[in-house]
Amino acid sequence: MAKKEKAEPGFEDALKRLEEIVEQMEGGEMDLDAMVGAFEEGQRLIKFCTQKLNEVERRIETLVRNPDGTETTAPFDPPPAP
Amino acid sequence: MKLPEPELPLDTRRIYSVAELTRLVKQTLEDEVGRVWVEGEITNFRRQSSGHCYFTLKDETAQLGAVLFAGAARGVALPLADGLLVRAFGEITVYEPRGQYQLIVRRVEAAGEGALLARFEALKRRLEAEGLFDPARKRPLPLLPRHVGVVTSPTGAAIRDILHVVTRRFPNLHVVIAPVRVQGEGAAAEIAAAVAHLNALSERAAAGDATGPLPAPLDALIVGRGGGSLEDLWPFNEEAVARAIAASEIPVISAVGHETDFTISDFVADVRAPTPSAAAEMLVGRKEDFEETLRVHGRTLRQIVRQRLTEVRGRLETAAASHVFRAPRHAVQIAAQRLDGLDLRLKRALAGLAGRKRRRCEAAAGRLAVLRGRGLQAVAGRLDGLSRRLARAAPAGLDRRRRQVDALQKQLRALSPAAVLDRGYSLTRTDDGRLVRSVQQVSAGRRVSTRVADGIFESEVRSPESGVRNPESASRTPDTGHRTPNSG
Repeated sequence: MAKKEKAEPGFEDALKRLEEIVEQMEGGEMDLDAMVGAFEEGQRLIKFCTQKLNEVERRIETLVRNPDGTETTAPFDPPPAP
Repeated sequence: MKLPEPELPLDTRRIYSVAELTRLVKQTLEDEVGRVWVEGEITNFRRQSSGHCYFTLKDETAQLGAVLFAGAARGVALPLADGLLVRAFGEITVYEPRGQYQLIVRRVEAAGEGALLARFEALKRRLEAEGLFDPARKRPLPLLPRHVGVVTSPTGAAIRDILHVVTRRFPNLHVVIAPVRVQGEGAAAEIAAAVAHLNALSERAAAGDATGPLPAPLDALIVGRGGGSLEDLWPFNEEAVARAIAASEIPVISAVGHETDFTISDFVADVRAPTPSAAAEMLVGRKEDFEETLRVHGRTLRQIVRQRLTEVRGRLETAAASHVFRAPRHAVQIAAQRLDGLDLRLKRALAGLAGRKRRRCEAAAGRLAVLRGRGLQAVAGRLDGLSRRLARAAPAGLDRRRRQVDALQKQLRALSPAAVLDRGYSLTRTDDGRLVRSVQQVSAGRRVSTRVADGIFESEVRSPESGVRNPESASRTPDTGHRTPNSG
């Protein structure tokens, strides 16, 4: 379970926090320092989320059973179009 | 009296061996009947581990033994089971060791779809009663799926369609295919096993076991196939598949056939996709959704901050311009510096993102058009919502800030030296900008500038004199060099 969280470190939380920040800033009740702080945090969150979105490289694989019974993945060749 | 036994003419009798007779019957049947279609209900259905199937076809008054060999069985899409009414095609022959005649079945089809639909309805009712279709069981797809398993045929239309979407739209998606047969005998068992297997592999990866084939746990599964007849789609109406999907820890998208095809696996899955392509769109579409959300948030943040900084700078400038008595230059400068500091931080933050943002924006513009075109209205709706919020928030915030500035200016005016100047006082500064408070600060020939209510004029000091408390006597108005903001 701990590993599972590690596999998805906070994308959903980061997005939620970003939405909070935007809402607060839209509210307009912040003083200048707080606002700039919020802006910087917002930018960091955007960067973080964008990284997360692009973290995984596109890969198409298929499960392959080896003669010794172990299992691996191999690049998948799609079937030709009909 | 003794009657003689009738003497049979031994020489005319033809005595067959059992084998001979059986062969004769077999020959006769094969010649006379041969290849036929026969309709009947399946009973005593047995599948051997070899893959051969044995069953009896019967109707109200008769029955016929039937054999479906493994090779032929693989080509049969229909899920054979007791009670199913079928039309079987094959050859009548005799199984000599037992002396039984039988049908060697080559093909089987349903005798009308009624029987299949009845089974579909029966299973659907049963699973529904168990609560397997309960909306509360359905899990949402993860916000950001990155590792996706696909259970389908490696040579079918479904995988081609899914990969077409994945390749064309370039999402950063890791796809692992568990190849299975998706029609014919045994397909349901393979599909069910693959769903369970991917779950097991995913769990291993989640537990940090690096020896397995998966580098990370799977975020979602697509289970499906392309379009086909009711019989072709049948494995997805089998209980084994339904149970495997229901037991999956990984959220499952069921994507079977075309938009109009509904299968049991559609009901039990977390999400039903009308087609395999649509299933892929659900996954890659989400990434674009996020990219757009992030872009809109970023734009909103920058707009609000820019607006706010511009307006605060305006306030400072107003304050600096109107504050001429004991000008708190120092304070204004500190504030201005602080503002510059904030501005710099802001610019750095913006610059760090600019290149990436621009590239992403360009790429996204095209994709967004595609998205909208595809009628993914959820995305468009979310965008519209955000831009409406922005539109509402911006003028409201602006008005409020404008009122703040007005109030501030009023306060400033009340304290303003201008009010004092209106009463006839003036301010005089030496040419190096210092306020003249003492006659000691000037000497004859020194140029000074004097501020009165409606402007500024420059003068030359003629005769500084101590002890006179009349500020006006300290300077004279020169004939030239008289400048006011109005005339200059």
